[in-house]
Amino acid sequence: MSAVLQSLVNQPYKHGFVTDIESDVAPKGLNEDTIRLISAKKNEPEWLLSFRLDAYRKWVTMSEPDWQNVHYSKIDYQDISYYSAPKPKNKLASMDEVDPELLRTFEKLGVPMHERAALAGVAVDVIFDSVSVATTYKQKLAEVGIIFCSISEAVHNHPELVKKYLGSVVPVGDNFFAALNSAVFTDGSFCFIPKGVKCPMDLSTYFRINTEGSGQFERTLVIAEEGASVSYLEGCTAPQFDTNQLHAAVVELIALDNANIKYSTVQNWYAGDENGIGGIYNFVTKRGLAKGVNSRISWTQIETGAAITWKYPSCILRGDNSVGEFYSVAVTNNFQQADTGTKMIHIGKNTRSTIISKGISAGHSNSSYRGLVRITPTADGARNYSQCDSMLIGDQCGAHTFPYIQVQNNTAKVEHEASTSKIGEDQLFYLSQRGIGAEEAVSMIINGFCKEVFQQLPMEFAVEATKLLSFKLEGSVG
Amino acid sequence: MIDKNSTTLLSIKNLHASINTTEILNGINLTVKSGEIHAIMGLNGSGKSTLAKVLAGHSAYEVTAGTIEFEGKDLLALPPEERARAGLFLGFQYPIEIPGVANTQFLRLAYNTIQAQRGKDELDPLEFDDFVREKMKLLDMKPDFLDRSVNEGFSGGEKKRNEILQMALLEPKLSILDETDSGLDIDALKIVANGVNQIAHKDNAIILVTHYQRLLDHIVPDFVHVMQAGRIVMTGDKKLAMELETRGYDWINADQRLATGVNA
Repeated sequence: MSAVLQSLVNQPYKHGFVTDIESDVAPKGLNEDTIRLISAKKNEPEWLLSFRLDAYRKWVTMSEPDWQNVHYSKIDYQDISYYSAPKPKNKLASMDEVDPELLRTFEKLGVPMHERAALAGVAVDVIFDSVSVATTYKQKLAEVGIIFCSISEAVHNHPELVKKYLGSVVPVGDNFFAALNSAVFTDGSFCFIPKGVKCPMDLSTYFRINTEGSGQFERTLVIAEEGASVSYLEGCTAPQFDTNQLHAAVVELIALDNANIKYSTVQNWYAGDENGIGGIYNFVTKRGLAKGVNSRISWTQIETGAAITWKYPSCILRGDNSVGEFYSVAVTNNFQQADTGTKMIHIGKNTRSTIISKGISAGHSNSSYRGLVRITPTADGARNYSQCDSMLIGDQCGAHTFPYIQVQNNTAKVEHEASTSKIGEDQLFYLSQRGIGAEEAVSMIINGFCKEVFQQLPMEFAVEATKLLSFKLEGSVG
Repeated sequence: MIDKNSTTLLSIKNLHASINTTEILNGINLTVKSGEIHAIMGLNGSGKSTLAKVLAGHSAYEVTAGTIEFEGKDLLALPPEERARAGLFLGFQYPIEIPGVANTQFLRLAYNTIQAQRGKDELDPLEFDDFVREKMKLLDMKPDFLDRSVNEGFSGGEKKRNEILQMALLEPKLSILDETDSGLDIDALKIVANGVNQIAHKDNAIILVTHYQRLLDHIVPDFVHVMQAGRIVMTGDKKLAMELETRGYDWINADQRLATGVNA
């Protein structure tokens, strides 16, 4: 691997390593010493250690939630190693060494040739393209005052911002998994858009390769100051493998007056095999605070991977006239389980929220929409529109909808619509009678079903997402 | 339009088919040549629509005996999409809705799939738009048909016109129109019939599945077959349809009992 790449990969940790600790992996188990070790390894300031310890002390008093509609065997939290130094991935000498299954996947997804090599971990010169892209990005963003870096870097270079906002939307004791994350997070992304700046491009973690493999407890913080706007893309359609089964990320968004944050996710963690063996547990807390007047927070998610998904990207609409949006497609196949949805908490006057959720279940999978719309007494004139549609493929899968509506202000308007449909034998027969093959037919039906959500995605992502869904459901019909 | 140079498109011999072990088709024999228009009539439950679906390859039906040849090839060996690509078209009695999919997107995909099969040029969205608008005039369809989701929120008449539009676009060799006249008012019936008549020519063939004579006032069949209990019990020309209209299906029942007796 080139020196340039090596340094980029290691960059976030350049401040970190303490020479007297030889091992790169912390012993298994979690206690206050583990947390002190993580903090010391990362050479963190005292306030961050306190933050972590505070979270840990809350976490030990909490118990794992069991209200969600998913089933898995108990996680032994003392059997996990909470710190390992990031190592550059083993590079393969050529594309010939790459798992043919992975190549077939790339083919199906239409991943561009030069990216396939990078994603598969092949050490070829084309990887430099990504490096130069990343560098160009950074320069362009710096010119307008945007900070986009790993959260470890931000802790050292912009401590006042991190200290001010970290945990301000998702408090350390918010829930079991958020508390765990707050105690042990190792890295993640930090993004700051200063006053009045419209971010000139979509910010993508995909290009921020210097924090590749930021681990199982990822932490993301996005701040848009007054009048700023940003579109943030998380994940990519290529399948992601990880040896850690438990992933508990936290994402916090803060939008000040007239600011606009659009956060799009394509999640394709390893989902386990067709018998439900293995796969990632994706237990994520994502929350946005529409703090200022006329601010807007918009979540778009395409959830296709993970053995178990547990996430509710939410909006707290505190500013008057603020807007919250949630657009979601959750696909489950084989033995996958997803319990996902959103919370819209209306506090400010004339706040508005929209929820569009599309669940697609195939195989033996189970998909649940769980959503809360709360109109607090101060939210005069608040409005919400929710639409939850489920599609079933085959007769072994399940779809469930759990909408909770709490209205404490009688000027509010709340609408909820829900539907469940089966991908019809009849629809497939109709399309096939026009010469259209099964794969294209499924793709077309699914695409139509998810249209309102795909429309929210950046163009390129939308095309990839369509292919990804077809790929995920391949073979589940007919 | 019976032509002496016509070729055999479809040949059904002793066809038996069942759904969930209940036999619906009970020995169908039928030959259709190019240039011909056939009408298949009969009461509800006589097996007309089943025959249409079996020809198109619907997976709910199992063929238990008999053969179907399409241009000399074994049709039963082909999955539904291959049958369509070979030039067999089914106009649905109840066209299926596909929410969120623009009609034009669906029509173009179907058109290009068939074109590719025939080794002809596929059309890009702009070229296709011009092409399809021309065809839509044939059926007096408004341009907004193209942007609406496939059959979603269409009236009965609009759905049937959309079926005939597909027939016009795909130029099948054999079209089976399953109760295309049901749910149409008289004006819509004329428009649809006029469309079908313009598409019909000496190299293709049409099978009309219908309850009533009234469609046959506008599309004149060369042959009329009457189905009952999964068999064709009587075949004639358009006069047979008129006779049925005046005398009712009971007349066939009486007649058929005699016929069975003779043939047994």
